[in-house]
Amino acid sequence: MATVETKGKIGVREMSWDPITRIVGSLGIHTEIDFDAQKVNKCYSTSMIFRGFDIFMKGIDPRDTHFLTSRICGICGDNHCTTSVLCQNMAYGIYPPKLGNCAYNLAELADYMFDHAIYNDCMCNVDFCEQMVKDTNPGLLAKAEKTASPHGDIHGYKTIADIMRALNPFTGEFYLETLHVARYTREMYCLFGGRHTHPSTIMPGGVSADITHQTCTDYYVRLMRYVDYAKRTVPMHDDIYDFFLQELPGYDDVGLRRTDLVCWGAFDDPDVLRYDYKDMTEWGRTRYVTPGIVLDGELITTDLVEINLAIRILLGSSYFDDWGNEETFVTQDPLGNPVDKRHPWNKVTLPKPQARDFNDKYSWVVSPRIYDKRTDSYVACDTGGGPFARQWVTAKAGLVDLPGVKATGSSIQMTLPKTGFMPEMDLEWKIPEKSNAIERDRARSYHQAFSAIVAVYHLEEALKEIRAGRTRSANNVKVPESAVSVGFHEAARGVLSHHMVIRDGKVANYQPYPPTPWNANPRDSYGTPGPYEDAVQNTPIFEENGPDDFKGVDIMRAVHSFDPCLPCGVHMYTGNGKVRKVMHTPTGLC
Amino acid sequence: MPVEFAPRQHETEEITAHVIWMTTGLSCDGDSVGMTSATNPSLEDIITGAIPGMPKVIVHNPVLAFEQGDEFMQAWYDAEAGKLDPFVLILEGSLPNEKLSGDGYFAAMGDNRDTGQPITTTEWVDRLAPKAAAVVAVGTCATYGGIPAMRNNPTGAMGLWDHLGHNWKSKGGIPIVNIPGCPAQPDNITETLMYLCFALVGRAPVPELDDVGRPKWLFGRTAHESCNRAAFYEEGDFAKEYGSHKCLVKLGCKGPVVKCNVPLRGWVNGIGGCPNVGGICMACTMPGFPDAYMPFMDADPMGGISSTAARFTYGPILRWGRHLNIKRKYDKEPEWRHNRAELTTGYAKRW
Repeated sequence: MATVETKGKIGVREMSWDPITRIVGSLGIHTEIDFDAQKVNKCYSTSMIFRGFDIFMKGIDPRDTHFLTSRICGICGDNHCTTSVLCQNMAYGIYPPKLGNCAYNLAELADYMFDHAIYNDCMCNVDFCEQMVKDTNPGLLAKAEKTASPHGDIHGYKTIADIMRALNPFTGEFYLETLHVARYTREMYCLFGGRHTHPSTIMPGGVSADITHQTCTDYYVRLMRYVDYAKRTVPMHDDIYDFFLQELPGYDDVGLRRTDLVCWGAFDDPDVLRYDYKDMTEWGRTRYVTPGIVLDGELITTDLVEINLAIRILLGSSYFDDWGNEETFVTQDPLGNPVDKRHPWNKVTLPKPQARDFNDKYSWVVSPRIYDKRTDSYVACDTGGGPFARQWVTAKAGLVDLPGVKATGSSIQMTLPKTGFMPEMDLEWKIPEKSNAIERDRARSYHQAFSAIVAVYHLEEALKEIRAGRTRSANNVKVPESAVSVGFHEAARGVLSHHMVIRDGKVANYQPYPPTPWNANPRDSYGTPGPYEDAVQNTPIFEENGPDDFKGVDIMRAVHSFDPCLPCGVHMYTGNGKVRKVMHTPTGLC
Repeated sequence: MPVEFAPRQHETEEITAHVIWMTTGLSCDGDSVGMTSATNPSLEDIITGAIPGMPKVIVHNPVLAFEQGDEFMQAWYDAEAGKLDPFVLILEGSLPNEKLSGDGYFAAMGDNRDTGQPITTTEWVDRLAPKAAAVVAVGTCATYGGIPAMRNNPTGAMGLWDHLGHNWKSKGGIPIVNIPGCPAQPDNITETLMYLCFALVGRAPVPELDDVGRPKWLFGRTAHESCNRAAFYEEGDFAKEYGSHKCLVKLGCKGPVVKCNVPLRGWVNGIGGCPNVGGICMACTMPGFPDAYMPFMDADPMGGISSTAARFTYGPILRWGRHLNIKRKYDKEPEWRHNRAELTTGYAKRW
């Protein structure tokens, strides 16, 4: 951490953390903190890396797109691969045999189980471990030593401080167990997907793994081990998060922003077997994670067609030229609805590298927005780090009902099956009042249980197919001369869409939008800040340290709650709303 | 005096070796993420010194670090200042050609405190490589350029040795060690790292590398030579649709012309892989990847000729002969196993 005094007033410091660690990708935070007000005001989010996938993918065979787009991300690579495959399936007008569809879902569910586990307890929750709390809030640690864990009988940690110790990196018991869990869950992924994170067997038309009874046995044994782990994980996380909310009144404002959420839905019903655009409204609603847009705490739609047409890509602070004068690829969607020039189907990527300037262009990330036609405005929605938006929309929509998971309209009721050493367990995730750091983290923990239960269902479905002798898992594909298509899916950390235009049998345009552009984007052309920028500047400071040994843990918790995954950066700046003119400012702000 | 299970064990265990792991090439961090799934050895095996004679290894990698910001970056500055010795520099991701980015950047990490502008990854490589005991490129982006360096890319991306020079050697006389793969097979990463740690303390020779910088013991065979489906090729029996358990070359598998040990090693803890579990090999360990192998789902023309030869000459005869032999001879139990009241095993009973 670098500190630079920028004002005469002692309590105001400019501070930077670059890079933020324990995420995937590179992220830096530059901030000015008013230690008297204990608050951060302004925040600038910037990305450090540009590769140009959408540029070099023009002209390739569309069947290569899942192999290439998987390489966009090293932790959600399989999510990209799957999204591309869904997008291709729509373009080619095909669907896999039921076993292939189960395999898509079982692979992705294993990925969620892996990803949420390793991110929660080897990365994000290190911010809540004993080693960290001792450095930042020693008073709180002292209280934790004396506070009994409400669910200690289930997870085995008697006090809150015992939980914190279990989360210490490379020495804590739960941290080390989670590293191990993160391996066998990836073995589960590999059983259907071949490799993690860039799969070898997830294909358009189905899954090319040789799926037999043995595949399912190997998956089942590991899955039930994970169910056992989830039974201890969720109550443990509840205990530690509730402790923070109780002991630090106002902690529910850390990472707070208005409840503006996006979720594209995930896990198609293997019996529905459709990927065409014209029926997208119907099959979208049969997904085991319901798609939806939430604006200011109101679920405004669960219709994937409506969602598709509401997406806009804005510039403003990004190192790109505008594409207003470029070719328009799609004027109408396959249902005849008009498609905007700023829609991904019509996006043209025109990079323009330049010096970073926080008053002008400062990021390689563009600014995706939801166009709200009711108010003619562009809303900066976030993914809540993935599980928060997925569970919020699914709970509210009340459509999902399968063995062990029921969406009620205000909650999701879950039942984890009995395991070797633990009985059946009921859990309920209720839609929280606020969209904040703790609730994003808590939702991620419940999503571990959710994913495991949905996986049990799909594994039973897959076994039914195998036992009935229906072992084909892929259909052959044929690339059409022309097509427009979209793949909607959820990466572990939130919405993921791929938009493709095929002409002359080749890719004419391909636009992938992962979750981090939604969360980490800079100010758009209307001046609206992106979600990180927004959430961090709302964050109050609870750390006990003064400016001289300040760690910034509350800011870390706010940023980490979104589960950042792209090489990107957050740069924050406060100045009571005034833009200061400073030459050669050490942290690059002006 | 404690027992020495390995030569100079207690001496080498006292040495501290650092690993400066840069993930900020044009990368997806997939090698770092993959590394956390390695089991032979695991990351914990390395940093806790689980193998006798291992030096103390401190890994500075942003994905798992406790420290944030400058506290984390201090190791980069210390390495540059010669305070961390020895250290291994690992690069993940290709290097863009920053000569093309003007006042901007394509890949960067941290800010220059004088100018406020980002420090490019290329600049970090230039600062640290001369001080490193060994330099490792992990993943095909860092080794040869990979996908960000494919045709029509806007950044002029290249591999580490394209930037430093193919004949570049570290101050310790070690050429750039390339561990390709997209991502690199996790155990290949951790095992090579362990090998290098032993090399740095004088316990192992400089690793033997092939013409394109790959460790020979890992990349000496083709994927096909390591594949459990190669026998189907031999018998001219090829998969016609995805999901089959037969040889995949007709469906686009490039295994016969790709140096890779994944079919032998699997992916995580021996599970998974590519052609061995039904995924076509897309040649991700090769310098020509990806352009030379696209479209991935079309058969390689050369492979097409030889597989056709296998299919229409000796292959079907081999298959027919073997299966007939199995049926007639080896799927049969010997005739002396029966429940009649007589012993016909050949033993002359004495009672």
